[in-house]
Amino acid sequence: MAKTIQKLGIPGVKNIIAVSSCKGGVGKSTTAVNLAVAMSNLGRVTGLLDADVQGPSIPRMLGMHKLEGVKGTAEGKFLPPQNYGVKAMSLGLLVDDDKSVVARGPMISQQIQGLITQVDWGELDVLCIDMPPGTHDVHLTIAQHLSLDGAVVVTTPQEIAAMDTRRGMQMFREVKVPLLGLIENMSYFLCPNCTEKHYLFGKANLAEEAAKKFQIPLLGAIPFELSTREGGDLGAPVTHLGENGHVMAKPYFSIAKEILQILDEKDKKKDGQ
Amino acid sequence: KATVSVLYCRQKMENVQHKLVVLSGKGGVGKSTVACQLAMGLAQSGKKVGLLDVDLCGPSVPKIMGVEGKDVTQGETGWVPVTTEGSGVKVMSIQFLLENEGDAVVWRGPRKDQCIKQFLKDVEWGALDVLVIDTPPGTSDEHITLCEVLRPLPNIGAVVVTSPQNVACDAVRKELSFCKKLNLPVHGIIENMSGFACPHCADCTPIFSTGGGQQLATEYTLPFLGTIPLDPRLSQSEDAGIHFTKAFPDSQTAVSINNILGKIATVV
Repeated sequence: MAKTIQKLGIPGVKNIIAVSSCKGGVGKSTTAVNLAVAMSNLGRVTGLLDADVQGPSIPRMLGMHKLEGVKGTAEGKFLPPQNYGVKAMSLGLLVDDDKSVVARGPMISQQIQGLITQVDWGELDVLCIDMPPGTHDVHLTIAQHLSLDGAVVVTTPQEIAAMDTRRGMQMFREVKVPLLGLIENMSYFLCPNCTEKHYLFGKANLAEEAAKKFQIPLLGAIPFELSTREGGDLGAPVTHLGENGHVMAKPYFSIAKEILQILDEKDKKKDGQ
Repeated sequence: KATVSVLYCRQKMENVQHKLVVLSGKGGVGKSTVACQLAMGLAQSGKKVGLLDVDLCGPSVPKIMGVEGKDVTQGETGWVPVTTEGSGVKVMSIQFLLENEGDAVVWRGPRKDQCIKQFLKDVEWGALDVLVIDTPPGTSDEHITLCEVLRPLPNIGAVVVTSPQNVACDAVRKELSFCKKLNLPVHGIIENMSGFACPHCADCTPIFSTGGGQQLATEYTLPFLGTIPLDPRLSQSEDAGIHFTKAFPDSQTAVSINNILGKIATVV
């Protein structure tokens, strides 16, 4: 009889979702940050865990990269700092910017487990996990040991990205993590000068096809907009002023509402059992 | 102390003059694009070139090189790499060994380590002028294994790719720190996706910011090899497996790639 690994939740955390893509550079971290800020804005107590220990982007994107150290609790756990209503934890908050984490898979998995278990998250409605690219040890460790309510997958329109994204979705299916939906990021770029649409990474409906193939919703298509990237670099995500605070906030709020609806329905079913 | 398999890898690599590793701390900045363009360009200039894809989870190289779905055959001393028709580059990737080319490769570290060593010692690379190695983002199993095997050999160096934005440069700093820690020489830094020239109005927008690559090169006292602007036709060419610089030689992107190739050709 096959040995099943028991998946554990995090005390006080109601729902845990992964924001993932097998492909790097499609906008996972940007999406994770903006979704988390939107969810907080919508009234949910939200946390964000940066699981990319070798290229942590969350501190800069959430305006926390100038923080000097992280406070601890009396029990010796890390107290996640908060910005824009989101509690966040990242190895980037604990290690100097120019220090690299040169480590093989098992060590990285250990570090991730530390970031999960040694953090005092308090009571959270949702914990979003920004996953690194690929399908490595860390993905298996999180997917096999943590009770994930689902994964939201991000891709760009390019076939090379969609190809890798399908691999990532296959992985989640194999480790029995529900796929909540697919987001197509950087769908097109609007030239600020002449407002012409440019399909920088292809125009094929690959995201829609992948969503159909895996029978999951296409949660949204987000255009490439300068201020989204600038927000990330400056630590002021486009969602931080609310749904009507910036034109680019709307797609993230729309997707956040859909995800929360899916999670609420799951919770109702769980409570009804 | 090196293991037997590492020693055997090094022995096989004695027939490879130069080993060129393409690195970045950040995903999606164009490592595979740069690796493939360098390989094709160097081959076009008359060099015998191999291209090894050690991005086991997301192998993009076969598609970009137009050899997706090809089979690897078994030769007398190992796997025979797939040779591209136009450029004559010998290519090896996990994708050729998958039952279905879209299958996920979800392996823990030790299995990845073993696979990479097999790609180095059990592939009939033959005598090569250059072996270009495409890597996944990060500083983990794949990178550590490559350095473990190749670093003591002569003529090994890295090219580090970034995009201009701060978030990318943050991650690339860590990669440069990795290279320093492991004494891996860096030939220089390339800034990819450096601006988009709208063909409609010719306005150039720094969509991923600007200047990050040059700044890194200055910070770490490394050569700045150049910038590559965004051209949607590059992404389309890669999806179709077409040699971009050959198909669109007048594109500013093609011109930039060829300038960078010229600089790399002086060190390999």
